[in-house]
Amino acid sequence: MRTTPTAYIAGAWEHPTRKATDKTLIQLHAENVKGALQDAGLTMQDVDGFFCASDVPGLGAMSITEYLGIRPTYVDNTDTGGSSYVLAVGHVAQAIAEGKCSVAVVTLAGKPRTGRPNKGEGAFFDDPNCPDVPYELPFGHVIPNLYGMCAARHMYEFGTTSEQLAWVKVAASHHAQHNPHAMLRNVVTVEDVLESPMVSDPLHKLDCCVISDGGGALVVVSQEIARSLNRPLVRVRGSGEAIKHLNGGKTDLTFSGAVWSGPKAFEQAGVTPADIKYASIYDSFTITVLMTLEDLGFCKKGEGGKFVADGNLISGVGKLPFNTDGGGLCSNHPANRGGMTKVIEAVRQLRGEAHPAVQVPGCDLALAHGTGGYLGSRHGSATLILERE
Amino acid sequence: MSDPRTPRPTRNEAPQWQSEDGSLILAKCEDCGEPHYYPRVICPFCSSDNLSWITCSGRGRIYSVSVFRRAEPPYALAYVTLDEGIKMMTNIVDCDLDAIRIDDPVAVVFKDRNGIPTPMFAPVQG
Ligand SMILES: [Zn+2]
Repeated sequence: MRTTPTAYIAGAWEHPTRKATDKTLIQLHAENVKGALQDAGLTMQDVDGFFCASDVPGLGAMSITEYLGIRPTYVDNTDTGGSSYVLAVGHVAQAIAEGKCSVAVVTLAGKPRTGRPNKGEGAFFDDPNCPDVPYELPFGHVIPNLYGMCAARHMYEFGTTSEQLAWVKVAASHHAQHNPHAMLRNVVTVEDVLESPMVSDPLHKLDCCVISDGGGALVVVSQEIARSLNRPLVRVRGSGEAIKHLNGGKTDLTFSGAVWSGPKAFEQAGVTPADIKYASIYDSFTITVLMTLEDLGFCKKGEGGKFVADGNLISGVGKLPFNTDGGGLCSNHPANRGGMTKVIEAVRQLRGEAHPAVQVPGCDLALAHGTGGYLGSRHGSATLILERE
Repeated sequence: MSDPRTPRPTRNEAPQWQSEDGSLILAKCEDCGEPHYYPRVICPFCSSDNLSWITCSGRGRIYSVSVFRRAEPPYALAYVTLDEGIKMMTNIVDCDLDAIRIDDPVAVVFKDRNGIPTPMFAPVQG
């Protein structure tokens, strides 16, 4: 039996900081949770569900619920890297459908610019208990070269070009100019991207996302609570999740886990990619976006380059407005994890609260997708479809 | 940026890459017949623990490669598809980094890393 999700995102709050010199990690979490609850019109006392991932210090949900002074009846500490917060919304929707909770908070925070690296920020590479580490660490698999290998293979198989990848960044920059909190607000051209220094072939500096402190939080509630609040009704209509890994050496870098998480979400929602008015697509690197769009079915496999070119992702210009806050490429990639901000901007669009210059008219169906971990080795994919009622 | 490959101590067992005669080896499942990488105690394709080692030809082709330019000196991270059909993460070495191309034929060369003979690959004539 398939249950229809009846969960709603009632609160969505992005921390305005991008460099939290004077704030502790737990302080950022506390500010996020309060911010999202305030946005929803709820209080800490209302919270009975709690989701966090490994970016929370100490003992995860145990440490932070103590700090916040809450005692939830439903806890989920699942970590799929930067996609955790997209995945969380699907998990919370299930918990709400089963009556396990009715007001759930999802939080993300991190200080990669000003803090000590923590496990939530990608410091898994030398975990002595991790079985892949001795087989990979000696080769210097830093993050950009893992994504670089995906881009190189995509170019080899499908003829994708650096110019096409650059269009993803160009579109993000067009949106970021309107976001006062964005780290990079200058509109850039394809040439600017190609002329920026090479980080790891074929990815240039401007093919890479920003590194930022901060985070955000969501409040996901039952239908009954949602209808009692004075907020637009943003319903969770479908969700899907998947893990993709190296498959014992039968490795294929040309696709992501979105090929599995996407269809699950679309099936549950009963819609198709053509129905989506706005898409938040995980953008750790330009190649992440291009491959994800193919894998979610917005275009055919191999045609992502053509799809993203010529401004097709720019709101008001192209067919599929994406990451209208400027995304991770220009605005914010807090804790090296971009999933939270993907959901938040999708909620803004559905509420009609995006910046007027980038607001998609009549935006009633949106998608948010997270890709956590590493596209070039192992990652968690999570897809959400959200609807304005 | 300093070289991210600088040895860091781990408690892991040493990786198993080399036979006593110095050849590259792969774990192979005796039940389903499939080799796999990295080696583990159960076959990732059929869960059997009936595993053995096979000696590889040591040859393969570059599946993908990315030269990390921020390191000093730059180096090439790659996946190589071994003749045995399995891909492994490695470095492409002993060559002009700007001349490396996907699908180039390569052969294994063991280089010392953290005191361990580590399989890297150098271009060869196809
Ligand atoms: Zn087997």
